[in-house]
Amino acid sequence: MSPDNFEPNIVAFVCNWCTYIAADTAGVSRAKYAPNVKLIRTMCSGRVDPQFVLTALQKGADGVLVCGCHPGDCHYKEGNYKALRRHTLLKKMLGQLGVEDQRVRLEWISASEPEKFKEVANEITEQIRQLGPFQNNGGE
Amino acid sequence: MAEKLKVALHWLASCGGCEVAVVDVDEKILDVVALMDILFWPVALDGKYSDIKAMEDNFLDIAIINGGVRTTEQEEHAKLFRDKAKVVVSFGSCACTGGVPGLANCTTKEAILQTAYHDTVSTSNEAGTRPQPKWDDEVTGETMTLPTLYEEVKPLDQVIDVDYYLPGCPPSEARILDLVGVAANFAETGELPPKGAIIAAEKSVCDECEREKGEKNITEIKRPHSFDADREQCLLEQGIICLGPATRGGCGAPCMDANMPCRGCQGKPEQVDDQGLKMLSALASIMGVENEEERSFEEVEEMIDQVVDPLGTFYRFNLPVAIINKTQAKTEVK
Repeated sequence: MSPDNFEPNIVAFVCNWCTYIAADTAGVSRAKYAPNVKLIRTMCSGRVDPQFVLTALQKGADGVLVCGCHPGDCHYKEGNYKALRRHTLLKKMLGQLGVEDQRVRLEWISASEPEKFKEVANEITEQIRQLGPFQNNGGE
Repeated sequence: MAEKLKVALHWLASCGGCEVAVVDVDEKILDVVALMDILFWPVALDGKYSDIKAMEDNFLDIAIINGGVRTTEQEEHAKLFRDKAKVVVSFGSCACTGGVPGLANCTTKEAILQTAYHDTVSTSNEAGTRPQPKWDDEVTGETMTLPTLYEEVKPLDQVIDVDYYLPGCPPSEARILDLVGVAANFAETGELPPKGAIIAAEKSVCDECEREKGEKNITEIKRPHSFDADREQCLLEQGIICLGPATRGGCGAPCMDANMPCRGCQGKPEQVDDQGLKMLSALASIMGVENEEERSFEEVEEMIDQVVDPLGTFYRFNLPVAIINKTQAKTEVK
């Protein structure tokens, strides 16, 4: 695939109680955002095992977005804090493996922020488009 | 007594510790010798590859191979023993999951050669010489060859079909004797365990560790040499990174007996896909649980930053079998 027509494939793990609703609201209100972002609904950002993130990259994603509730708003009280700590440690390790910083991203998006979801989806799509395909998927 | 088994032991990319572990079964080595004729074992016996090549296919009953594959020569040997043996056993961490040499996958072949032949302080190589895989000798008119390094380290089963796995760095005496038991049963009845069996426990090392385990909440990461760790309490609770929760048991938890943390040599337990990521996840979950809602991003980062080398810590023995198993860094091709 030439760099000109590269369409990034982005997997977003979204929390059932916040970002999924935000994405739904964005859809219902006909907000336009990049179709490259494919949602996987999880019960909590704390449920997102680092194995999920890397499996997504290995199986064809060029970028991964993990979205949860703002600090203090977690439906299960503390899931998003765990997600933040895992994400921080995972990012440090991915740096050692030479994976670019922007490929994996954590965002807090509440149910009332469809506009933010739209912005983040567009932004990560553009960033990954600039980076090019993930090497493991035949990128260079 | 049935006819003796014909056995070969071989080493690929390994340190020789596995060979010592075999000898370490002490007087029980006599049972081994009573059961098997060891036809080839470079560390202990004089033997020639030409002897192996001259054998008919499946002539050997068991080939026990330790070490991973990182050169063309090792791949050739692995394939040779696969052809000549009915059963191939992947012996030790390097053969099963790549082992410590597998950490070479976090860099490239070019970077390794650059460091080894040019950059280290002790290197004196003004002519910039590199090993020549092929050399046409003008005097004799002959062409000489050397094995070359692959871009990455592979465990044995990424190169040949493997029947059984015996993980550990090195495998424990008890599990080696289990393997001898399997061989004895094979000699007597011709029966073998199901293909792909791992000679170890299914559960994690924690299941075998006798330390007291309670609620886990740590804010400070400590290294084993920096303080005298309590001998009764779980090492993770004391702030030492111990890979027990994400590591297959069967070793009998000897490291924790010696007041040292598990480093993960037995590989992943049955239910886990990626040992390193599972441990990363477990450690991050128990760090700074108390007052977590009051911590800023920067404070979380500072706390997590205490894990100095996550890749080397969580993937010490198993990078080649990880989900992302080699560096993704873009390197300049010369």
